[in-house]
Amino acid sequence: MAEFEFKERYDRNFNTLSLKEQKQLKALRVIVIGLGGLGGGVCEILARVGIGHLTLIDGDSFEPSNLNRQLLSQEDLMGVPKAMAAKKRVNAINCEVNVESFIEYLDESNMYDRIKNGDLVVDCLDTIDVRFILQNAASKASIPIVSGAIAGMTGQVTTIYPGDMGYKLIYGEEVQKQSKGVETVTGNLGCCALFVAALQSAEVLKILLNRKDILRNKLLISELWTNTFEIVELI
Amino acid sequence: MIKIDLNLFVTLSKYLPEDSDCFEVSDNTSVEKLISDLGIEQGSVKLIFVNGKKQDHRYVLKNGDRLGLFPPVGGG
Repeated sequence: MAEFEFKERYDRNFNTLSLKEQKQLKALRVIVIGLGGLGGGVCEILARVGIGHLTLIDGDSFEPSNLNRQLLSQEDLMGVPKAMAAKKRVNAINCEVNVESFIEYLDESNMYDRIKNGDLVVDCLDTIDVRFILQNAASKASIPIVSGAIAGMTGQVTTIYPGDMGYKLIYGEEVQKQSKGVETVTGNLGCCALFVAALQSAEVLKILLNRKDILRNKLLISELWTNTFEIVELI
Repeated sequence: MIKIDLNLFVTLSKYLPEDSDCFEVSDNTSVEKLISDLGIEQGSVKLIFVNGKKQDHRYVLKNGDRLGLFPPVGGG
């Protein structure tokens, strides 16, 4: 693996990020749960921007229907675990990143253990009920969640801190097991997945670097057919 | 009668009436009543927002309101 001098690798991050902030990012761990359309984009961006430690988790393997939008998927990787491909991709982009991956689905039994050592967790999941399990675990671990979700050309992003009402404000109180949203009808397009992944990645940077305008108790909704972008105040 | 700017997202967009940006509704119409009048199943709306703020289904619409109805979105 090629090693480059720190300032040279991150030259184009400056001065949008300061050298001090760049060094801050190197010391932090971000957990990415779900390595599909959103997670693949988030991994790509966070590895390039210089997050020092990434934990990448997904129990799924690639299939042909992933190719329309998932950056980590490619024709010769059908049947390969997404977490394996994600680790390989991050290593190829930035050998300075310490990356660990887990080929497993998360539930009440293992969620907390997987996220407890992180500074922040990025929700790139594709089931609604598991997001509630994540919220409980992240609250216990005292770390924020940056959550994204997509359906068709519509996406949403929010940030949830420990103790916040979080997903209840978006999905309501009653959520059944294995519950999906309207993406089961609309499918998901790559432009929407990567747009939302970019918004999530920006939110991650803002939180880790103590910047302003965090989407806490707010839901950013984007609708790409009509160029509609709205930040909804949830409380 | 009052006029509202009605925005229906994703799968709800098929219920969007003509002139949705200046859609006429009766005075004292609640969001719940409007959802029903549009033929939308109540359970398919997860998030209601008016003028950029979350509201519940009992909210009574006012002239000039910008209403958004949003379904559950959960894909990754």
